[in-house]
Amino acid sequence: MFGELALRFVIGGLVVSGFAVLGEMLTPKRFAGIFGAAPSVALATLGMAFVTQSGEYVSAEGRSMMAGAVAFCLYSLVARRLLVAHGAPALAAASFLWAVWLAVAVALWGVFLR
Amino acid sequence: MKLLAGVGLDPGRAGRTSWRAYAVRFVFGGVVTACTGLVAHAFGPAVGGLFLAFPAILPASITLIEDREGKRSAADDCAGAVLGSVGLLAFGAVVWALAPRLAAWQVLGCATVAWLAVAVALWRLLAAVTGEQTDGGQSD
Repeated sequence: MFGELALRFVIGGLVVSGFAVLGEMLTPKRFAGIFGAAPSVALATLGMAFVTQSGEYVSAEGRSMMAGAVAFCLYSLVARRLLVAHGAPALAAASFLWAVWLAVAVALWGVFLR
Repeated sequence: MKLLAGVGLDPGRAGRTSWRAYAVRFVFGGVVTACTGLVAHAFGPAVGGLFLAFPAILPASITLIEDREGKRSAADDCAGAVLGSVGLLAFGAVVWALAPRLAAWQVLGCATVAWLAVAVALWRLLAAVTGEQTDGGQSD
């Protein structure tokens, strides 16, 4: 179990860093922002799930991921609003909105996907 | 370097970011990926799958951009993440539909292409609707 977690940590860190570097190099900023919502955690996690689990297991993860993606969309919209309209500090806004992301993702999953 | 119409790629920009910032992203990405595995192990793939679209990079990115280029640029980065997150919806849908039928590399390849295609198409559409300049790739 510890070995698998360590492997997940390394693969996840590398994939997230890779997309982050790519995002840094791109212009304009609005286009680069697309890479702030890259499927980095998904690629790392699903890549391992394909090795250790069945296709049906991976499919179920993909289905739930859609609820997480809708929550991410809302997260980004509200974060932008907090920055532009209310002048909120980016770190505070982004950290606070993690709770909002979790609440929306779980609610969507409970209503539509459970 | 012009990557596609309206989009520039400047490898030199990556060097402007400190190693510490990259290290934070590496650690955070690693922790989120490990936690996603733990959640899936404890509660099953239906709950674990939610965290595949967790905003892992964005908080670090917009904090860094706010410090370096100001709030407006950070907000633009968030606007891009809106488009990317719609792409994540397509990514999840492709995985959902194809995972039981195709090999891992085919599923993840198709899903990644779907993510990028949807996000880029939305970006182009938004630029056309708002009349934003996309021909120089230097608007930030």
